[in-house]
Formats: sequence, structure tokens, C-alpha cells
Amino acid sequence: MISLAGRDILHSWSKFVLTGLGLGLLIGATLTMAGVYRGMVDDAEVLLQNSGADLWVVQKDTLGPYAEPSSLPDDLYRGLLGLPGVAQAANVTYLTMQVRKGDTDVRAMVVGFKPGQPGAPGFLTSGRQITRSHFEAVADQMTRFKVGDRIRIRRQDYTVVGITRRMVSSGGDPMVFIPLKDAQEAQFLKDNDAILASRARNAANPAFNRPGVPGLLDAVNASQTSNHSVNAVLVRVAEGHDPVAVAQTIRRWKHLQAYDRKEMEDILIAKLIATAAKQIGMFLAILTLVSAAIVAFIIYTLTLGKIREIAVLKLIGTQNRTIASMILQQALGLGVIGFLVGKIAATLWAPAFPKYVLLLPGDAARGFVAMMVVCALASTVAIRAALKVDPATAIGG
Amino acid sequence: MDQGTGIRIEGLWKRYGEGGAAMDALKGVDMTVAPGEVVGLIGPSGSGKTTLLKCLGAVIEPTRGRMTLGGEVIYDAGWKIKDLRTLRRDRIGFIFQAPYLIPFLSVTDNVALLPMLAGQPNDQARERALELLQAMDVSHRAQAEPSSLSGGEQQRVAIARALANRPPVILADEPTAPLDSERALTVMRILHDMASQYQTAIIVVTHDEKIIPTFKRIYRIRDGQTFEEAGEGRDISNGQEPSKRVDQPA
Ligand SMILES: Nc1ncnc2c1ncn2[C@@H]1O[C@H](COP(=O)(O)OP(=O)(O)OP(=O)(O)O)[C@@H](O)[C@H]1O
Ligand SMILES: [Mg+2]
Repeated sequence: MISLAGRDILHSWSKFVLTGLGLGLLIGATLTMAGVYRGMVDDAEVLLQNSGADLWVVQKDTLGPYAEPSSLPDDLYRGLLGLPGVAQAANVTYLTMQVRKGDTDVRAMVVGFKPGQPGAPGFLTSGRQITRSHFEAVADQMTRFKVGDRIRIRRQDYTVVGITRRMVSSGGDPMVFIPLKDAQEAQFLKDNDAILASRARNAANPAFNRPGVPGLLDAVNASQTSNHSVNAVLVRVAEGHDPVAVAQTIRRWKHLQAYDRKEMEDILIAKLIATAAKQIGMFLAILTLVSAAIVAFIIYTLTLGKIREIAVLKLIGTQNRTIASMILQQALGLGVIGFLVGKIAATLWAPAFPKYVLLLPGDAARGFVAMMVVCALASTVAIRAALKVDPATAIGG
Repeated sequence: MDQGTGIRIEGLWKRYGEGGAAMDALKGVDMTVAPGEVVGLIGPSGSGKTTLLKCLGAVIEPTRGRMTLGGEVIYDAGWKIKDLRTLRRDRIGFIFQAPYLIPFLSVTDNVALLPMLAGQPNDQARERALELLQAMDVSHRAQAEPSSLSGGEQQRVAIARALANRPPVILADEPTAPLDSERALTVMRILHDMASQYQTAIIVVTHDEKIIPTFKRIYRIRDGQTFEEAGEGRDISNGQEPSKRVDQPA
């Protein structure tokens, strides 16, 4: 027996290929949506992995430092270092802002860190780590900075000495790493007018400007322009100690919040990405429906175009199952063409997306199965129409 | 199976619609066609010719009466055979006014489709199709798409398709309508040849004055009833190049 579906597809291949192309772009969009979600999850995991921390210590009652603001005094890490099981503890600051490259703005997350401590950029693709304590930066390659470029962060210029990769915030902004002290200043620095105004206010305040106490006014001014806050302390647990137990100790004795890796993942993925995931889920559902509608419509139209031939086939003795399987195979064929086009399209355009798009083979496989199911269901409309055709119509009057 | 009876129709009624809209298209039709015989079925428009072919072709269900094909009762106040499609596929060849070839199959596969549907291996079915196409004088277009053939060529392919499963019965509804008189006579000659060669019982519905003289026996249908008449039975193979013969059935 020859394949009726195959012959028909070959006969009107341009119709099938064009429809498959359109359907394929839609499937490509669907696969990309799934890839966007996977990319967000992966970004979050890489963020946690590359920070090199076992525990994140943040302000009490906050979900900081990535999901909520958190502020801690910058001398607190010393106390943590004294606790059993704490091998390393380092201050970090995180601030999402526009940094300038020449006359263009780049949105980035500026990370203040202590070189050699948790929170430092994991690995470099080019250049070197920061060695000086001021005005050097390591940038994620997504910022498009190159070694030797100058970045302007607030009022300071930084020289890019190294490039890292896959270091993005939970919002997808690439990271720029600078020394902690610089970052603290950048974060809390007032502009010149504000400083002048604040100095004038202090000078006019008799409590600060006392004739008998020289230096008091200067000390007050200095304290107001410098900053002693950080967003989190990243802790590395000593070998042989259970991070969960150490976190518990920190929570109990220091009245701070401490999250282990698992809890941090929950915060990032379950809380921060959850809404985005639902958003993407809605999109996937709609795209699936649209694909189904397109397949149903096309197969139905193609079948109606062959209704006379189907009547003839029935008249000369073709069984219903042969006709139904012809239509089903065509729908599946359309799905296969569409899926191939979609997979290729998604693979080609994924790298062009500003945020990381992670196309998992498992998602593609699930998408393929879903597509086949959608095509099979969509073909039922056409199959029903074909089976209703009266073979007598082939004879005419 | 006893092929001795060909086609036998006894007291066949067909009523379309119900109640006040009911309309009897056939009112007790009697008809027999012997194996190897070609009979003409003629009558005015709306007299029930197509209705009769549809009943006999197991495409619509008669209201009452009895139909026998090749010695087997297929209808007696109800279908006596469950799978009407298989009945049509194996025992009845249809030729319509228009060829209705399947556009996405080659000429050969249009003819080979029926033997394939009946379970014959592809090469065997195609071999058979080629023989028939040769007999119909269209084998030079065997690999072509049907739409690229002329109307007459398409009609001859359609006839080849009707013969593909060597059915004991062929029903033709105005098969020569789209053809010029020479082609029409050729088609009739082929049908007469088929009938005598394979003992096929053939009914040809026609309005075509040119071919009516070729029948030895004619049924005229009027008011849903048939009246048998003698035809001229003119020999059309005379004075013409003899038609190519289809090889003996396997
Ligand atoms: N499906 C149907 N429902 C109702 N009436 C029908 C149906 N098919 C045919 N008829 C009626 O039955 C009668 C016989 O129709 P039929 O098609 O058999 O005529 P015919 O002899 O083939 O005519 P023609 O030479 O014009 O083809 C006509 O009056 C027609 O209107
Ligand atoms: Mg008719």
C-alpha cells in the first residue's frame, strides 16, 4: 500500500512547507519561551554557585540580598568569623544601576567585594582579577566592556581589568565587580550639591558647630559622607561543618537572617522567578492553543479541498480508517515540519536574546510530544468532516 | 461463486424523504444483466437512472426489493452484506461522468490503488495497472499527474481504474458525456470487449444518441419503472483498428 498522506504532501508540498514554516516560527517562539524560563533558573543557580558562598547572612526579617533590600553594618563580619564552623566571611554590596561607557548607558548590577573572598567573580575569560584597592573593575561580558575600557560609576572612573561570564543578577543584568570600599561609596554617595547643602546645614546647627570644640564639625561632616553599610555577608563554612547548623547558630546568636544554599535557591526560584514563570506558563498555554488552532484550520481546509476525492475514495471502497489515518498522518507531518523549523529557529535566534536562553533537549522532547498530541487532536475536526462525506456525492445526479 | 446470474434486480423501490415530502424514485424495478452483457439504461432526466445505479452500487439503501450480484443476494429488504465498502472495492467498478481521478497520485497509482487497497503488493498492482493503461491506450502517460491529461485520457484512466480489481459488475453513469463521438465509441468498444472477455455484467446509463445503437438490450426507465427493449446491437469493432487486449487474468 502506498502512503496517501505522503503522496498528498509531496503533491502540494509548497502549501505544507509554507504552513510548516509559519507553524515552525510559532513553535520556535514556544521553545524560546521555555528556554527563557530555563535561562532564568540557570542564571539564579549560577549566581549562587559563582558567589562561592555557603551561607548568605542578611538583615533580620528580610529575603536579601537579591530578592529584598538588606542593610548590615560593615564590621559585623568580624563577629561571624569568631563563630564555630565559619571559615570565611566577607562583606558584599549589590546595587543595580546605570553605568556609563563613553556616552552610552549600560544597566548593570554593581557588586562590591573583597578580592579573594566569597563574592568575588568566579572565573575570568580574559584579563586579571582586581589587585588594587581602588578604581579597578571586572565586568561580565554581557556588558560588552573589554579589558582596558573605562567605566563611569557615579562620579568615579574605573578601569576594566578582567572579563567574566554568566554573572548576572536575578533580574538578568550583567554584573560589574568593583572593590568594596568604592562600592560602598558609590552606593551611598551624595552629589556635590547635596554635600554642600548638608555641610551648610551642619555649620548652621549650633549643636555641631561649637566654638569650644574644634574638629567636631569636620567629624560630623565626615561621618555623613562616608558609609559603613553593606548588603550581605557571604560565609564559607569550614570543612566538616554542616551549613544548616552554622546558619542556625548565626540566626540564634547574632539576631540576623542566614540562608543556606537550598533556602537561597527557594527564594530566587520560588519567590523571585515565580511570577515570571507563571507569565511564561500563560504564554506557553496560549501559544499551544494558537498552534492547535492553526493546525486544525489548515488540515480542515486541506481536507475540504479534497472532499470530492475523499468521496471517490469511499465510493471505490476505501475504508474509513485508511482515510482517517491519511488525515492524521498529514497533521502529524505538518507538526514534524513545524517542529523541525521551530527547533532550528529557536537554536539560531536564542543567542541573540539579551537574557540567557537555555534550550534543554528535554524541553524539546516534551515540546515535540505535545506538538504531536496537539496535531492529532486538531486533525479530529477534519477527520470528522471527511468521515461524514457521503460517497453518493461522488456519483453526482 | 456462481457468476451465472450477473445482475438481478427484483421489485426494487427507493423512496427519498419522508411524510409529505416523500418521493418514490424507483417503483418496483425489475432488471437482469447476464455476465458478459452490456445493457443500456436510458430515460428522461429525473426518471431514476442514477438512483438505480446508486442502489445497485451499494451507495444508498433501497427501500425494498431484492438485488443479486454474481449469484449472491446482497439486498433483500435490508443489506445481506455487512461491509459494503469491501463489496464495492472487490465486486463493483464505477465509471462516472467526470473521471474524478485522485490528483496527488500518478496515473498508474490511480489505477493501482484499488488492488493495493485489496491487499495486493505494490509491484503487482502497478503491473496490473500498466496492462490496463496499455489496453486503454494511455500507457504513455503512466507516470504523469492526472491533471496533465486530456479529458478523454482521464476518462480512459478512470475506466482502467474501474477494471483494476476485475469486478464482476461495472456501473457506468454517462461515461461518454465529456467525449467526442469517436472517443465515445472507443470507450464503448472497450466496455463491450471487457464484458465478453471477462464475463463482466455492465450497465451503462446514457443520453448519448451515438452509443445507444451499440446495445443489444436496453432498459428504458419511466416513472420509476423499467421497460425492456431490444437494441440494434451494432458491431462497432468493424472497420476500426482492433482494441488492444488486456492479458488474461492471473
Ligand atoms: N438525495 C435525494 N433526495 C431526494 N430526492 C432525490 C435525491 N436524489 C434524487 N432525487 C430525486 O429522485 C428522482 C430521480 O433522480 P435521479 O438522479 O435518479 O435521476 P436521473 O434519471 O439520474 O436524472 P438525470 O438524467 O438528470 O441524471 C429525481 O426526481 C430527483 O429529484
Ligand atoms: Mg443521473
